[in-house]
Amino acid sequence: MDIIESLEILSPGPLTTVQDLGRYGFGRYGVPPSGALDSFSLRVANLLVGNPETEAGIEITLMGLKVRFLTDLDVALCGADLQPHLNDQPFEMWRSHIVRKGDTLFLKAPRTGCRAYLAVGGGISLSPVLASKSTNLASRFGGYEGRALRKGDLVFSWASERYFQCAGKILAPERRPSYTGDWSFRVLFGPQDQDFPEESRRLFLDSSFTASSQSDRTGIRLSGSALHRKRELGDSIISEGIVPGAIQVPGDGQAIILLVETITGGYRKMATVISADLPLLGQVKPGDWVRFQEVSMQEAMTALRERESHINLIKKNSG
Amino acid sequence: MRSGEPVFRIMGDRALLVELGDQIDPSINEKVRELFLKLDRRPIEGVVELVPSYRSLMVVYDPLRKAFDQLRGEILELHQATDPSLVPEPKTLSVPVVYGGEYGPDLEWVAGFHKISPEQVITLHTGTIYRVYMIGFTPGYPYLGELPEALATPRRETPRTVVPQGSVAIAQRQTGIYPVQSPGGWHILGWTPIRLFDASQWPPTPLEMGDRVRFFPIHKEDIHRWTSSKA
Repeated sequence: MDIIESLEILSPGPLTTVQDLGRYGFGRYGVPPSGALDSFSLRVANLLVGNPETEAGIEITLMGLKVRFLTDLDVALCGADLQPHLNDQPFEMWRSHIVRKGDTLFLKAPRTGCRAYLAVGGGISLSPVLASKSTNLASRFGGYEGRALRKGDLVFSWASERYFQCAGKILAPERRPSYTGDWSFRVLFGPQDQDFPEESRRLFLDSSFTASSQSDRTGIRLSGSALHRKRELGDSIISEGIVPGAIQVPGDGQAIILLVETITGGYRKMATVISADLPLLGQVKPGDWVRFQEVSMQEAMTALRERESHINLIKKNSG
Repeated sequence: MRSGEPVFRIMGDRALLVELGDQIDPSINEKVRELFLKLDRRPIEGVVELVPSYRSLMVVYDPLRKAFDQLRGEILELHQATDPSLVPEPKTLSVPVVYGGEYGPDLEWVAGFHKISPEQVITLHTGTIYRVYMIGFTPGYPYLGELPEALATPRRETPRTVVPQGSVAIAQRQTGIYPVQSPGGWHILGWTPIRLFDASQWPPTPLEMGDRVRFFPIHKEDIHRWTSSKA
């Protein structure tokens, strides 16, 4: 297959990176997963343009990305509504489009959500590093030279055999997630909830927290009720592995929802967000409200199967 | 906690922690290593990630391919299995270090804190064979223990925002090597020219949890001998 110049970054916005579904199997070497924070939107965007769901796409944070297409391409944009415009005309999300050489796509500002995902037909042509095309910004490897995209960068893609056979493919509106900015994430308690007194557990479920502007791909910092541990306990624990969605409580009691750029930690975790809700964590923006709702393992699995049914439906319709 | 009985803690619907003790201790860490190596060499369907640490093993799995109860049963079975061929001997890595000066900006301070000479600090630091209790914090960062009691030093009051790649540092009863540039609150005694993390190499780090590390002093004139060869 041939490699083609597919788009040029005219303006990158605050943070635009190449991400796929993450880097697994290297946690033993201290390597975090990285990857798309909202994996659901990236998977849908890929399937809409005929790619495998595991292909890398472009993760766009909040606003300001402007790209020029350098050839005719299938593209799809999913996730946050950042008021996308193609050549100054509103651009419909959650469906595939054919864009033409010279077209420009501009994401103006967030209306709902925090991160949008752009997939191009054929997939982004970059060599995987440690089995993934995801960008690890802190350690500077993977993705596009281990860094965020900058003005003038050229992104290449593989020429696709399925060119223009996907035009008009769509995720039905009723199947699209809604990003309200007033979030209720479902959690399972643990692994260290027993280290908190009953009043802290209750406060955790009854409070509304605010997502702080200090949040990034490592974690969503919450401000609000302090969650105190049992009095006799020190402020840290022996370091251990952690997963995205674990809700860590440092010494000051202000919770942090851990995301994808860390693999070990030395603070207690009150609870962990369930798999079905993990992609939504990528859509929390500074100032949003966050609450937590306890569910059972069985409810978590039912929710996960329901989310996967949306993905399977698109796959089935892909033929 | 009764010894030998693993404690399972759930971390959401796709990970569990298997705790094999409740303190930093070489024999507990060795049990973690044994379970980690057994699961690595006899992979369980649906498991996507294993992260061993001081006293627990994190097992990340795909809940659509493996139910939690079933996974716990299979892990217990492997934990009880005795097959020494699954648990090879750890290796020992010798790490050259340029101590002090611009390479180890905190050597003098640490010596002053303990009221000993910088040479005595170096002798103490190089006189122990350390165990890699875990790799974490940043890619390739080995948590090494235990540092001799005579060198136990509280963390810096103000962490540095930038610690150069290759820095060899101490804090409390631990020592470590910064494989990539990162922030850090440990005291820097020296610098090693060998690379502890390179994403383009396989494996990306020469160390695995459970391996041993010893340090030996080199002169800065000799750095070039180690920069071209691989660790």
